[in-house]
Order: sequence, then structure tokens, then C-alpha cells
Amino acid sequence: MVEKGYYGLIAEFDSSEALLAAARETRSAGYKAIDAFTPFPVVGLADVLDFHDRRVLRLGFAGGCLGFAIALAMQCATNWSYPINVGGRPLYALSAFAVVAFELTVLFAALFAAFGMIALNGLPRLHHPLFSVPRFHLASRDRFFLCIEARDPKFDATATAEFLRDLKPASVERVPS
Amino acid sequence: MTGAADSHPILPPDQGPGKVTDQISRIPLHFPARRRWLIAVVLSSMLLLLFFVSAIVLFARGVGIWGINIPVNWAFAIHNYVWWLGIGHAGTLISALLLLMGRDWRNSLNRFAETMTLFAVVCAGIYPVLHLGRPWYLYWMFPYPSTMGVWPQFRSPLEWDIWAVLTYGIVSAVFWYIGLVPDLAAARDRAHGRGWKVFFGVLSLGWRGSALHWWRWQQAYRLLAALAVPLVVSVHSEVSLLFAAGQIPGWHSTIFPPYFVLGAAFSGFAVVSMIAIAIRALLGLHNLVTDDHLDVLGKVLLATGLMTAYGYVFEVFDAVYSGGGHEAQTVADRFFGSYAWTYWGAVILNFVVLQPLWWRRARRTSWILFLVSTSVAVGMWLERYMILVTSLYRDFLVSSWGSFTPTFWDWSTYLGTLGLFLVPFLLVVRVLPMISIFETKEVLQREQEQARG
Repeated sequence: MVEKGYYGLIAEFDSSEALLAAARETRSAGYKAIDAFTPFPVVGLADVLDFHDRRVLRLGFAGGCLGFAIALAMQCATNWSYPINVGGRPLYALSAFAVVAFELTVLFAALFAAFGMIALNGLPRLHHPLFSVPRFHLASRDRFFLCIEARDPKFDATATAEFLRDLKPASVERVPS
Repeated sequence: MTGAADSHPILPPDQGPGKVTDQISRIPLHFPARRRWLIAVVLSSMLLLLFFVSAIVLFARGVGIWGINIPVNWAFAIHNYVWWLGIGHAGTLISALLLLMGRDWRNSLNRFAETMTLFAVVCAGIYPVLHLGRPWYLYWMFPYPSTMGVWPQFRSPLEWDIWAVLTYGIVSAVFWYIGLVPDLAAARDRAHGRGWKVFFGVLSLGWRGSALHWWRWQQAYRLLAALAVPLVVSVHSEVSLLFAAGQIPGWHSTIFPPYFVLGAAFSGFAVVSMIAIAIRALLGLHNLVTDDHLDVLGKVLLATGLMTAYGYVFEVFDAVYSGGGHEAQTVADRFFGSYAWTYWGAVILNFVVLQPLWWRRARRTSWILFLVSTSVAVGMWLERYMILVTSLYRDFLVSSWGSFTPTFWDWSTYLGTLGLFLVPFLLVVRVLPMISIFETKEVLQREQEQARG
């Protein structure tokens, strides 16, 4: 059942252990569209929330391959286009091309991973419904939040709020969309 | 993640995460040391002005205003380029290498160490451009389809240089910014004034600490760290190949890449120690940059210093063992020639002065560590001077022997780059969180977990 005017419900916890326990229970209660908000990366939270997205690493690998290919192609092409014989040394001197090839591998891998991470996270974003929750600013300080989104098929304004309250959070608030 | 904190907590564990957040994010929002900061900015702005004047005079009159000539045609420009770039490397090593090794003591130092890297790379990168003679032809370094039909020579270390330094600068900036985003969000959430809210709001990209975002962020951050460590080694090895690939006695040696990389780390850790001590005193951060941090920095300084000293020994061995007459003559010139003061200056300032760091008390006393670090920064400057000038001023042909004396404009450009480093660094200290907030909280969380067992 999809609720109108809601982004979801958010519960606040005062320690990462409490958040982990609550997230585990929410998962086993069958909720799917859940996310947590923490002041720092909490060890084990990704497992509990079942995140398997490794696209950032794959993007980094793809970027590295692309950079390496561009660097080799560029260096071979320039030497092919205007061959200079330096004391009979090879034109396509892979050992001499290694440095630039390595640098561009690193450069492209880093840029792909960094910008890929930002893009996959849907950033930059000027506003988000969560920012209208009065206590949400504490998510960057010392509080840990668990959010069940309204798009979850199991979401029900009253039942889900009841469920969250049973997890003994410091507060439960609704997030207007 | 295990760390040095296993046995002994690096941060006083009685600090709550909320208090730490407020303390660090307060610094840009309610800056504590306005007067001292302003004095520092005014003084370094004067140095920056000196840099601009020197650069304008250089562009107008050419590199002849410097003391370089045949045979010493590489002096201050290349010497300071190597020196600045080397300083930058410690920031990356602290941030990236120690992140991958899970050393908790890095988390109080990485932010300003990375900031130091950024601006040190700027100072380094500007020097070869100034040295070009015709800097407006800088784009000739890139392979663009020109009407002349010629391309850069990719088989030469001189061409590798620009790719290495540009890559290093860009990757350092990206690594720094990716690590900064969650802290910008923390500062945004603490800000009250409209201006600060917009400033941090825009820069933090709308970061909200989502677990899914953290998960992807960690992959990106650790991947960047894993790329940055070999990058540092490659960049300074490449710099050493500018020398080692030539046939000049005193340069043409296989020890050069590791010798340069270790010397770079050595000088960089010295400058990180100086900045750590200065920032801690300026901003009152004794609870976050503790004496334990200075202790570790002192140990690293000592270790990298001894490795650099090994480089000195090996250089002499290499020359003697090669049996080459000119190699031996270069060593003799270094020991007893007109520039012997640079050699012995480097040995004394880099090796002799370093020895108090064997004592724990000396490492933990901030003024002693500061003085030793200053000595190392100067000593490494002399070492780079020695490597360049003593090798060039008397090469194979007696008829081409000469000498080098830095001119006023050599010195003014060099002192100016200190301003080019300090002014942006001080601005960043003023407006951004200078200690990583969330990584400090991670360390505190781990410490508290370990205390509970």
C-alpha cells in the first residue's frame, strides 16, 4: 500500500549497535526499501542492509583499462606518425612508454571511481525530503537513523510506525515528501 | 580494522562523537585564532606578492635573470621543483598508505597533510613552467595535431614529467575532496549563518550519510588510496629518472629512484610534523593531535631519515665501485669542492640533527620535534641543491667547467613559492574542517569498542 504525501518514516538511535540491531529486525520483518543514515561508515551495516553494489570498483577497473589503452595508443601513434631514430633505439619502446601508461591508468581509474561514486549516489543534490526532518542534522553528529521508505510494498503509515516504536528508538518521525 | 590503537588508544577515549564534531566544525564557523591567523596571512601574502613580481619580471626578461648558465643550466627551478614535490608526497603516504594499513594515528593528520600535498604540488608544478623560457608554449608538451606535424618525444623522461605531475595533482585533489565531502556535510549541519550554509551546502553535494552512499564511498576512497600509493612511488621515481637517465656523473645511478622517493617521504614527514605542531598550537587541538601522534611522526621521521642516510652511503659506494674516474671526481667535488657546504650541510642537518629522535622524550616535546623537522626541511633543500649543482659544475670536459651562484631573482622566486604555498593553505585552514571529523569518530568508536572488550 503506497501512502501519499509521505517519503517514509525515520527512527533515531543513539548508538551504532542499536542501529545495527534495529536494521536487522527491520530486514527480517520483510521491509525492503530501507536505508540508514550514520555519522561515519558503520562496520557490518552494509551486510545487514544487503548491499552488494560493486559498480564503483568495476567503474574504476574500466577507467584504468581505458586510461592504459589511451596512453599506449597515444604514444605508439605519435611515434608512428613522426618516427625519430634515436641511436637505433626501438620506436615502440614499451619500457619507455610504461611511465605515461601507468600515470594515465591511475588517472582514469581514480576519476571514474570518484565521479562514478558521486553519480551512483545521485549527488550532487540540492535538497532531499530527509532534510526537512528537524533532528536529521544529528546524522552527521552522533545519531544513527533508520528510514523505511513509503515505496516499500509492506509500508503502512500506522503499522510501520508501530513497528519502529517497538525497536526502542529515541524518536520516530514521519518524513514528508 | 585493526590498528596501532590495539594496545594503546591514540586518542583520549573519553571524548564523545558529538563533542568532537562540534569542536572541529566550530573552527571554520567561529575561528578561534583570528589575530594570529591574520598576521600569518599578511606575512605570507607579502611572499606571494614577491612571487608574482618575480614571475612577471621573469616573463618579461627571460630566464637570464636567474643564475643558470652553461654548464649549470639546471639549478633553482629544478631543485625547488624536486623539493616541493617531495614534500607533497608525505601527505599522500599518510592518507593513503596508512589508510590501507589501518593505522588509526593517521586520522588526526590526514586532512592537513593532504592539503599540504595539494599546494606543495602547485608550487612544484609551477617551477618547470617558469623554467620553460617561453612558458606560453606549455601546450607543446601535449600531443595535439599541430601544423608542424611533430609530436612530443614520449621516449624521454622530460615528457613523462608533465604527465606524472598532472596526474599526481589531479588524483591528490580528488582524493582530498572525496574524503572531505562527509565533513563538509557535518559543517553544513552545524552552520547558522546563511553564507556558511550555502557554502558548505553546495560543497557537500547534498551528502546525507546514507548507508548505501557510505558503502559506495568506501569503495571509491579505498580504491583511490590503493591507486595513490604506487602513484607516489612512480611520480618521484620518474622525477629521479630526469637525472638518472642522463649520463652526468653523480646522476647516472640505479639508486636514484628509491633514494629520491625516500628523501621525498623524509622531507614531507618533516613538514607534516611542523604543520601538525603549528596547527595544534594555533587551534588548540591538543586532544586530537596528541603527543602520541608526535611520537609516531618522530619515529617515521627517524626511519625515513636513516634510509636517506643509507642513500648517501650508497651514492659514495656506487661511485667508488663503478671505477669511473668522473664519478670519483664528482664525489671528491661534493666532499671538498666549492659546494662542499651543501653536502656537509645536508649530512649534518639531515643526519646528525636527527639523532635526538631516538629518545622518546625528544619526540614528544613539540619544540624539539619542530626544530628537528625544520632542520630536515632545510637539509633536504641543501641535498637537492647538492645533487644538481655539484654534478653539473664540473663535468667531463675541463674546458666546460663553471660555477653557479643564485641571483636575487632565484631567491625571490623561491621565497615567493613559500607564499604560494602558505596563502592557500591558510585560507583552507580558515574555511574547512582541518581534522577529519568522521574518521576521528571512527577511531573513537573502535577505541570504545576495544575498551569494552
